[in-house]
Amino acid sequence: MSIAHDIQSNRLLDAEINDNFSDMTPPLTEKQVLVASERCLFCYDAPCIDACPTDIDIPLFIRKINTGNAHGAAKEILSANILGGSCARVCPTETLCEQACVRNTCEEAPVEIGRLQRYAVDHLDRSLPYPFTRENDTGKHIAIIGAGPAGLSCAHQLARNGHQVTIYEAAAKSGGLNEYGIALYKLVDDYTQKEIEFVLEIGGIEIKYGQALGRDISLKQLRDQHDAVFIGIGMSNVNALNIPGENLAGVEDAVSYIRDLRQESSLANLPVGRRVIVIGAGMTAIDIAVQSKKLGAEQVTIVYRRAQSAMGASLHEQELALKNGVNFVCNAQPTKILGDKSGITTMEFNRTELDENGKLIATDEIITLECDVVFKAIGQKFSSSPLGSDDKPILDHRGRISVNENYQTSLSDVFAGGDCINGNDLVVEAVDHGNKAALAIHHQL
Amino acid sequence: MKKNANLACEFIGIKSINPFWLASAPPTDKAYNVIRAFEAGWGGVVWKTLGEDPAPINVSSRYGVHYGQNRQVLGFNNIELITDRSLQINLDEITQVKKDWPDRVIIVSLMVPCEEEAWKNILPGVEATGADGIELNFGCPHGMPERGMGAAVGQVPEYIEMVTRWCKQYCSLPVIVKLTPNITDVRKPAEAAWRGGADAVSLINTINSITSVNLETMSPEPSVDGKGTHGGYCGSAVKPIALSMVSEIARHPETSTLPISGIGGISNWRDAAEFISLGASNVQVCTAAMLYGFKIIDDLCDGLSDWMEKKGYDNISDFSRMAIPNTTDWKHLNMNYKRIAHINQDACIGCGRCFAACEDTSHQAILKTGDIDNREYSVIEEECVGCNLCEITCPEPNAIVMKDIDTGKPHLSWLHHPANPYREEP
Repeated sequence: MSIAHDIQSNRLLDAEINDNFSDMTPPLTEKQVLVASERCLFCYDAPCIDACPTDIDIPLFIRKINTGNAHGAAKEILSANILGGSCARVCPTETLCEQACVRNTCEEAPVEIGRLQRYAVDHLDRSLPYPFTRENDTGKHIAIIGAGPAGLSCAHQLARNGHQVTIYEAAAKSGGLNEYGIALYKLVDDYTQKEIEFVLEIGGIEIKYGQALGRDISLKQLRDQHDAVFIGIGMSNVNALNIPGENLAGVEDAVSYIRDLRQESSLANLPVGRRVIVIGAGMTAIDIAVQSKKLGAEQVTIVYRRAQSAMGASLHEQELALKNGVNFVCNAQPTKILGDKSGITTMEFNRTELDENGKLIATDEIITLECDVVFKAIGQKFSSSPLGSDDKPILDHRGRISVNENYQTSLSDVFAGGDCINGNDLVVEAVDHGNKAALAIHHQL
Repeated sequence: MKKNANLACEFIGIKSINPFWLASAPPTDKAYNVIRAFEAGWGGVVWKTLGEDPAPINVSSRYGVHYGQNRQVLGFNNIELITDRSLQINLDEITQVKKDWPDRVIIVSLMVPCEEEAWKNILPGVEATGADGIELNFGCPHGMPERGMGAAVGQVPEYIEMVTRWCKQYCSLPVIVKLTPNITDVRKPAEAAWRGGADAVSLINTINSITSVNLETMSPEPSVDGKGTHGGYCGSAVKPIALSMVSEIARHPETSTLPISGIGGISNWRDAAEFISLGASNVQVCTAAMLYGFKIIDDLCDGLSDWMEKKGYDNISDFSRMAIPNTTDWKHLNMNYKRIAHINQDACIGCGRCFAACEDTSHQAILKTGDIDNREYSVIEEECVGCNLCEITCPEPNAIVMKDIDTGKPHLSWLHHPANPYREEP
């Protein structure tokens, strides 16, 4: 392999990689929990609850933790958000509950809500009965498409209400983004699968794997066979750069690489570029950049066409990247990727600036960066083709499934939630959609 | 000691480099501890209570705790008895330490059966040590009362008077009577001490208490092989109780000239200043030292000395009892006085604790306006009774202030209030 296209496995020893991919935010110790929980002021009408898409009663669960009632705290969390354990790990709390915490005002240090939530859910006492019970069987049967966070929360809520649920999942495992998309160091030890086992313990939920909408099953078929359908299929398409060289070897979708990484049993086997460029500015860009570093890439650069302050990734995420040795190049717009048959070598960008109207424009200045791998992380798109051609739900202005406040689509028996509808594409938001859609379905049936 | 010269003081004729003594307790149990205390800068110690031989035997597992939310110790209790070392060992150590530390005060705490012979026997040996005074332990609430000593004596004013008189008769040293708070009216035992000829009283001793119950074993803490007994409660949680009792003795006409050594949850210089302002001439500390070690004496001295200097007090007696004229009976309070809460919006962090407290449990005098991102809490002045609850619950020091309102009305107490059917005509 020529030095120009330096992509190889085993850049680091197994032990180094395992260490790099260990739990990024380890659990709080008992003493830390005491200190952290004591800081909660038990606010009235608490801003953190409002900031949580699933309306978890945060002050109440933290108080329960502080009194030594972690089990009660876990029940409080899980009754609002059945995936409270993974949300505690993957939520960008710095832009949600912790940003709203009143402790920021004078102390610039919020209560560590995310880590406390993790503590609580981890301390659910499994020697006690399962904290949820099923209502009597309603005889209704609901189809859920996609076993991601939206589908799972919808399924659990419906099952609690006595409905029978079948989840149709295209992949071989359930969990959706939690299983295939979240950075490994945020959800370690196969947490997603353990959490799903807990979700399914409610009973009345069957998951059928390898069932992709539009390929193995159709919406019409599901509507015919069930009393209602919930669509939680996320986004399957990745945005393209639309520049020359995009099809050369070494240009990769960040999402699919992360997907492979999440399923790889020996991380050292993954091919890793020596010099990696990440195009994008969101969480996926940070995730792929940091993970590339952790796999042994020498040089990782996130390139963003706007100023750093406009990045979608939170400051916390950006700091995480910096801490891991990732470089940032901002105000640079991709123009072409250069290389030969064996792979890419350089990428060219135009320097950008804002014109007097605040519009981003490209200047003549050209920036050239050497690279062995380019990751595209410029967002995903909803693909509507699996919905079929006739009798399909209306799409919205972003091309996603349009829903009303009850997460009902234009088809009265079809509901949708998660990333396939308009939103901020957060796990916690998807859980909320699933929950609310389930309640709407329950009331409708 | 050039440093903190303004703290030098005299208590019942005993000179001390500062008003801080260690109370009779484990920290003063033996020469080793006392020397460490003196090295750290403590003005004096009240040596852990001596009794007749054979010395009592202590159990294992002796202290129980009452924690705050974050494991901070609000208070703790103990079920220890008086010294478990022989009388002679203690007397020898006291003699030596006093000889080595002539500028430090050593008071010897004593507890023997309520019989004249017992007191007559023990006193000469104590006096021979060169100690500066004796303190009669009539306060210990656990263990010893079951043997007719400690609080069992302190709860019977006649016994206090009788024993105090014996001590004055058989010993030339100043006598301090240590009082128990486990009574209904602390003025009665203080009066008895006064009648018996006591030079001073010290208070409070510890309070009857069970700090917690182990819900697994159903044993009170501290648990001794699965069983517990009530112990003596101490620490900052008892400070308000002690302050009130000190003030009652200082205000009481029969005991108002009786010198007081203040004890009870004193943890910092501010606590000490408060005790002194309410009637104490010096203070004794125990729990704070047991939690943090003897080094806290530095802050006690430094803080008090600097505060005095700023206030223009040249010595302790300058501000001693200064709060007594302002400590009165409820019936003398001004019913025309009005204060209301004011919320300083710049300092408010929007936690809403004041609202929850006032709305749920008080006078519905706080208004909540704005949406969740723009919440504002303000006081409905006409509903506010000035109870202070919102200020107390507020986590921010300057967000809620209580403001005096000029009602334009003259002072009016309940004694003269028109609504009082038994009012006195002015």
